[in-house]
Amino acid sequence: MRIHRLLIANRGEIAARVIRTCTRLGIESVLAASDAELDSLPARMADGIVRLGPAPAAQSYLDSAAVVRAAVAVGADAVHPGYGFLSENPALAQACAGAGVIFVGPAVESLHAVGDKLTARSHAAAAGLPVVPGGEAADLADAQAVAAKVGYPLLVKAVGGGGGRGMKLVRSAGELPHTLDLAVSEATAAFGDPRVYLERYIAAGRHVEVQVLGDGESAVALGDRDCSVQRRYQKLFEEAPAPLIPEGVHAEMAAGALALATRLGYRGLGTVEFLYDRERQTFYFLEMNARIQVEHPVTEMVTGLDLVAQQLAVAEGLPLRIRQEDVVLIGHAVECRINAEDWAHDFRPSPGRIDRVVLPAGDGIRVDTYVQGGSVVPPHYDSLLAKLIVHGTDRADALARTRAALELLRIDGVTTTTPVHRALLDDTDFAAGGVDTAFFERFLQARQPDPVEVS
Amino acid sequence: MDLTPDDVRDVLRALDSSGLDELHLELADLTLTVRREGATGWTAEQQVLRRPAVKHGAEPAAAAGPERPASAVPEGMVAVYPPLLGTFYRAPKPGTPPFVEVGDKVEEETVVGIVETMKMMTPVHAGVRGTVAEFRTGNGEFADADAVLLVVDPASGMAGSGEGSQ
Repeated sequence: MRIHRLLIANRGEIAARVIRTCTRLGIESVLAASDAELDSLPARMADGIVRLGPAPAAQSYLDSAAVVRAAVAVGADAVHPGYGFLSENPALAQACAGAGVIFVGPAVESLHAVGDKLTARSHAAAAGLPVVPGGEAADLADAQAVAAKVGYPLLVKAVGGGGGRGMKLVRSAGELPHTLDLAVSEATAAFGDPRVYLERYIAAGRHVEVQVLGDGESAVALGDRDCSVQRRYQKLFEEAPAPLIPEGVHAEMAAGALALATRLGYRGLGTVEFLYDRERQTFYFLEMNARIQVEHPVTEMVTGLDLVAQQLAVAEGLPLRIRQEDVVLIGHAVECRINAEDWAHDFRPSPGRIDRVVLPAGDGIRVDTYVQGGSVVPPHYDSLLAKLIVHGTDRADALARTRAALELLRIDGVTTTTPVHRALLDDTDFAAGGVDTAFFERFLQARQPDPVEVS
Repeated sequence: MDLTPDDVRDVLRALDSSGLDELHLELADLTLTVRREGATGWTAEQQVLRRPAVKHGAEPAAAAGPERPASAVPEGMVAVYPPLLGTFYRAPKPGTPPFVEVGDKVEEETVVGIVETMKMMTPVHAGVRGTVAEFRTGNGEFADADAVLLVVDPASGMAGSGEGSQ
């Protein structure tokens, strides 16, 4: 079934990003917007808008019934859920199917299979992927038995968690009973699922992920990305391909990700996340994300593909148009997430009115954003304002061009994290490449500016 | 609509060969200014002017919004404001008891609530010794930076009556 009219059930830069592809493909775009965003830049870019609900996300972007009602009301053939919000929510996929609307995402079964982190882990193991030593812990005795095998320190993870949410570090056996109790009660409150599992804690790990695209029959791997520069599990900077990894390991990770996608009969865009152990040059499966990622543009830059267009095509039921041998990675791409946060004040959020937006432009430079002069950055949602994406002939070239582009980028009216990226690019460890996920906290401790006294 | 990065690139290529340093485009729905910055750099400033096209049957509700909490505070009382605008929560997480109730004693550093702004949580401190007299903003309600969250009676804090908090 062809998609003629697409409802975009998301906001911010990803809404603008999806609208761009719709315009290029001649698909009519309708944006579902909350009351806080009826006059946003994406609302002006879309062919039409429909009101989703009040500003709080729980009553708009997280309300699957409201999304399906909006899709039916405007006669949309399909719903694009973006990332976050309801993007991996089986209930939305199910409700779309019930209303005869295409959900631009994987099948309901796939969403269940990867949404439950223990099920995902067992699928990965069955597909031959290495998983971090660990296992389910139904009670303290179970947990102690698993802990005896994997050793300390270890992580207690919520089965319903993911993306850094619902994780707790246990340094020694004495801490296990208390932390386990806490993890179970927090998992119940946050995810409505009390189940937890334990995993060995790997301190010097890098976050490397493989982009896959499947049509339900076969799948292709579209290279990998490194997203190790993180603060509190939030990514700040991403790049493709992952630097300083032996060629053979790139290939093994891609093969592993494909084996998992094939096992799941996966249809759609997906990301298989790995923890890469720098010392041992080995990797472990962490989780699979069943949606388009914030950092997808770095993959688009090095592959030359429009991933949203690919996603829409497989959602229409078309077979893959790319063969694995057609996937050629050219050069190196990086992405800086520009957030409305104040670095000098412990990354305090900075919502408000945007006065002026001046963006770097030129070959190999792309800025995905949802703000222009006069836009309002609402306090209700996340702080991502813009993504500066730069493509170079190699990593050093991409970083040099990024440095120049950051000097030209101006977003006035709110405080942004642009200075963080300038400082990051000046760091020698970062410039060398391949930093681990603990790098950024070390960098902050060494580099954080003295807080400015406010009277 | 807006101009895609490809459109802007095409404009830049034309400019590069022209030797011009700046171009200002005004179309019905948008304006675009591109400028040469140094030897190789360019910037683009785009303004999409078009108004959003609201689909039939999907008009926004009247912008009634929740009523703003009264900002006047009785004489001798102290208002507690949010550290920054956001959604006010009276408890650390859903299903747990509130940080404080009316009648509880508070110190300057006592956490009386949290404010969620852009998915980040900031604690709200009482900022004054006293007794919680009244809540003006309910749990889960949005508070502007100048909204009164709660009112503290500082005088009774000094008296130190027997009723304990917690």
